[in-house]
Amino acid sequence: MSPSSTDRSGRTTAAGLDLTTDERALLEGDRGAGTALAMRIVCGLASAVGASTLRPITSAHVDGCLYHGPSSLDFVRAVAADGAHVTVPTTLNIGGIDLRNPDTFLGPAAEGEHAAELMNAYVDLGCEPTFTCAPYQLPGRPGLGTHVAWAESNAIVFANSALGARTSRYGDFIDICAAVTGLVPDAGLHLTENRAARTVFRLEADEEVCDPSLLAALLGHVVGRRTGEDIPAVVGLDPAIVDESWLQAFGAAAASSGGVAMFHVVGVTPEAATLEDATQGRTDTRTEAVSVADLREALRELSTVDAEGALGAVSLGTPHMSAERLRQVADYFGGRRAAVPAFVSTSRVTVGENPRAATELVSCGVRIVTDTCTYVSKVMDPRGPVMTDSAKWAYYAPGNQGYDVVLASWRDCVDSAVAGRILRTEPQGV
Amino acid sequence: MSRAATILVGGEVTAPLKVLDEPLSFWGGFDSATGLIIDRHHPQFGDRLTGLAVHLPASRGSSSASSVLVEAVRAHTAPAALLLATPDQILLLGALVAYELYGRGPTVVLLETSHPIAERHPDPWPETRLTVTARGELQLHPSGARETQEE
Repeated sequence: MSPSSTDRSGRTTAAGLDLTTDERALLEGDRGAGTALAMRIVCGLASAVGASTLRPITSAHVDGCLYHGPSSLDFVRAVAADGAHVTVPTTLNIGGIDLRNPDTFLGPAAEGEHAAELMNAYVDLGCEPTFTCAPYQLPGRPGLGTHVAWAESNAIVFANSALGARTSRYGDFIDICAAVTGLVPDAGLHLTENRAARTVFRLEADEEVCDPSLLAALLGHVVGRRTGEDIPAVVGLDPAIVDESWLQAFGAAAASSGGVAMFHVVGVTPEAATLEDATQGRTDTRTEAVSVADLREALRELSTVDAEGALGAVSLGTPHMSAERLRQVADYFGGRRAAVPAFVSTSRVTVGENPRAATELVSCGVRIVTDTCTYVSKVMDPRGPVMTDSAKWAYYAPGNQGYDVVLASWRDCVDSAVAGRILRTEPQGV
Repeated sequence: MSRAATILVGGEVTAPLKVLDEPLSFWGGFDSATGLIIDRHHPQFGDRLTGLAVHLPASRGSSSASSVLVEAVRAHTAPAALLLATPDQILLLGALVAYELYGRGPTVVLLETSHPIAERHPDPWPETRLTVTARGELQLHPSGARETQEE
């Protein structure tokens, strides 16, 4: 029988999979119908990707709490059957509404109610109500060589690249099934041999061509476009400019314009002390140059309008802003007041641990958005283009929400919010 | 014409063949309420995929595509079959979950890379119906051929 066979109902069998007695018991319903369903999905994926065994995970990050329609609720209710519960520590990604400030939701009331119902259903399964797309900013993040099941493209790429944790590209459905069973297919990026760089990118521009965080966004966009789902390595960067915010911005950009689930920055990321480490000694890699012209093109692709004139709003914090950047942004506002609606998205945990920075921003007229994101949830009604420092926001917001967008450095975004019009000093060299 | 392929999810199906000229992200590119391609950058923008055997040249886009596919099955707007060149986990998961929740969904077929549909030759395939047999054979029926029953 083929390892990926299905019976006539479409249900996948465990054919071709070498399951332990305990694993087989889950499939046979010893822990109830919900867990058995989760196990069928895990085994179905394992068969399809050619895994012969399953691997235990230590934690999970679940993206399925974002509402896509009635089927989102149908699924979580099916998984919850017979009291099923997550069996590993599980964090939750953003939902469709700021649960603690539901009045800020400007979309149809029913949509907001469904979004909240789904978020709460996942909490009822035992997931922690973190509601952040940056679980790597939470306490207890996974370390080098730890196997996890993370969903949300920017979280996946950060876990693999910056933390050296191991997760394949999980998404809706498989994320909670992995959390309930504690198991994933032993395949993909869980295996060392699949973590080698295939393409080497060299920046052929002065690093001071622009603000490091904007460089991260533009370079990530270019690398993602050219990489597809391969693993890239970036060489020739000064490690001093590559901090966690840089890796966050680069990864989010590359995972939006391409399917990048892991990258290496040679001399910085944990599996890339040297280029030979990053490529695992492979000699069949190709090398590509990224020029100033490529960065300029990326900036043009990620802005839908000319970078001057009227400004509708400013949105920072996609993916969710770190505590460090929250402090920097509050300091840079320095008590100046935003003249247009300004939004900072971050997690409720980061706000809770940094109340002063959050309070300072609010006193400058900034709206702090938690539990969701400004391109996913309808929380703004801009009367002009929106400025952002995020390549991911710039990539998705025009299609998702119909906003015009201008990409700029976060400092330019703050100065523009205060001025009430688009001011762009960066990138000087682009 | 009869060629082997691998059924990843689902079973026998016959449906009109639709070859997409470019990759499509179901999330943001396909409307589960109408079954239409809504990605304005896609050359087949506005085309309906409901009930068709859709060949996707490559996978692309957000993992939320699996949710969109399940929502389309719930709303009866989904394709009848998805013909894939690579075992796209996202769409596969969507199909698996659709069967679990609603007992129906698209048949997902992994094509051999040498398959003429995968090579997109001849192109396009006007008025062609495709049967996927339970054993994973693909049978193409040009316009007017009526040797197979409707589903």
